[in-house]
Amino acid sequence: MNSLVQSTDYLRQEPAVTERFQKLKQRPVVLEIQRLGRKFRGKNGPVTALHNISLKIHRRELVCVIGPSGCGKSTLIRIIAGLDEPTSGRMLVDGKETSGPCPERGMVFQGYTLFPWLTVKRNIMFGLEMGGMTPTDAEGKALEWLRLVALTKFEDSYPSQLSGGMKQRVAIARALAPNPRVLLMDEPFGALDAQTRAQMQEHLLEIWRNVDVTILFITHDLDEAIYLADRIIVLKANPGEVQEVIEVPVPRPRRADQFNSREFLATRRRLEELIHPRVDVPREKLPIVRLTPVGDDVE
Amino acid sequence: MSMPSSRWLAVGKEPSASFRLTLTILSFLLPIGVWALVSYVPWIWHPLIRVSSPGDVAWFKSGLLVEREVFAEENAKAVKAGGHAAEGSPANPVFLPAPHEVARAFYSAFQTKPVLRGDLWLHESLWLSIKTIVLGFTVSSLFGVPLGILCGAYPPITRLTEPVIDFVRYMPAPAFGALAVAVLGIYDAPKVAIIVIGTFFQQVLVIANTVRRHDPALIEAAQTLGANRRQLLLRVILPSCLVDLYNDQRILLGWAWTYLIVAEVVGVSSGITFFINQQAKYRNFENVYAAIIMIGIIGLMTDQGLAFIGRRLFPWQLHPPSKITAFFKWLFPAKVIEA
Repeated sequence: MNSLVQSTDYLRQEPAVTERFQKLKQRPVVLEIQRLGRKFRGKNGPVTALHNISLKIHRRELVCVIGPSGCGKSTLIRIIAGLDEPTSGRMLVDGKETSGPCPERGMVFQGYTLFPWLTVKRNIMFGLEMGGMTPTDAEGKALEWLRLVALTKFEDSYPSQLSGGMKQRVAIARALAPNPRVLLMDEPFGALDAQTRAQMQEHLLEIWRNVDVTILFITHDLDEAIYLADRIIVLKANPGEVQEVIEVPVPRPRRADQFNSREFLATRRRLEELIHPRVDVPREKLPIVRLTPVGDDVE
Repeated sequence: MSMPSSRWLAVGKEPSASFRLTLTILSFLLPIGVWALVSYVPWIWHPLIRVSSPGDVAWFKSGLLVEREVFAEENAKAVKAGGHAAEGSPANPVFLPAPHEVARAFYSAFQTKPVLRGDLWLHESLWLSIKTIVLGFTVSSLFGVPLGILCGAYPPITRLTEPVIDFVRYMPAPAFGALAVAVLGIYDAPKVAIIVIGTFFQQVLVIANTVRRHDPALIEAAQTLGANRRQLLLRVILPSCLVDLYNDQRILLGWAWTYLIVAEVVGVSSGITFFINQQAKYRNFENVYAAIIMIGIIGLMTDQGLAFIGRRLFPWQLHPPSKITAFFKWLFPAKVIEA
């Protein structure tokens, strides 16, 4: 890595960036988590998956949660979605304590989870109808959402006829249609190939610009987190705790050419330090034995 | 259809569509071929002799079937006594009619007049059997399907009902025959009851098992979209299992047919079973075979018919074309049949 990046501290923000975050923190808090904990019963006594997690997410903020595997990031988002119960702590949406699943906290899963027996349009109508909307109104709204995710042509297709990226766009539209306060995304692009993934990230930012929604996004991809997030919450494992909260200095609107910018690389270096800390102990040498003879001419 | 022989039996490899069709047709043709060989080639099996002219053997009559040894013995005796030997040709026992005789019986069985007054024609017998099956299966499904769904969706209901259902399931349905007759009389009611008893308990377990295999991720997705408990059952769990439930019902209908044969001898024997028993009594075995094969054909046609309807009921599934469609496409390669 070049010396320019090494000498840059990601904490040194440009005045414009500092101002942006000051403004952001003045917005009302939409989702607040206070001292949240979750213990599982394991074979050798209780295992602490999450310990004392507190965070505040502001209106229209996009926060990414990142951490090594087993740090409990999925457990965290499932608790916020109401699909799992915390053993301690509480959760507030717009200042009011809540628990259990609720359409005010929409969720997009890694496995799409579209209803295979419903057409794309009826999938998006599902949440609206659960909320008591008449089918005619729900259909009208579903069509609006289909336009936003650019899938109008596929309104009468079944999910099995769509590609992975298209399925995930339907899933996003379905979660957003009932107007949630928070959109929870659990590694939503994890199953997509690199190219589709990049398109979907761009697409998500585009949708987010047009919708008043706060997004909590889980990923294990460092570039994805930096590209999308205002702030990145870094968790550590055993027990799952907040290790650091990073304010991403990369200015908005985000573009693909920022991947090589000074701010981007500095943030990436910091994330790497946190998630893959350098171990000073010399790594044990693997006993590599040549099993097939190779001649000197190809050596 | 031409396949390198080395790839014929490649492990786990599906053969090509046309080759698959050839194999499907062969699976029917091979047993029929064996049957034809045994029937038409005089030196294969044929343990009996059909007497064509009795000669001087007193008890021989033209058309009589006798064992080879007896035939030789009697002829030897007759020749020794100075008389004429009887003549005859090798024949199979009466219970193995030749394929063409059975084929003819498909038509002639419908023309065979009932021997006793009040007995039913074949088509009336078949219709009675179909009515019994449909009624029994409907009654069983009316209770079995909802109970199975409840068991699959709510574990406490499973704990409450399945132990006793598992217990009753092991009691053979025909064992209830005498009881059914005592309670329900001797006519159609006990027959329907046997089919219900035979189907219901399996049905609850099979349906519950299918419903239990629903995808929990879909339930979670629906919960985050605001579905309540009733909506989860009716709008998520049920539709997600619908295709599998439909296929379960197809299989269970096949089981109901097996119970039909037992059910029809309970009380007053009736339906296709009565026809089969009656024809066997008169030694019209070609009619017996025809009737048994007819049951097979009715079963296969119902199943394929239901499969065809299923493909239209559940358009979200990506189907490979059915075997029947493939067969007709193979028969009429031009665009006669629309897929």
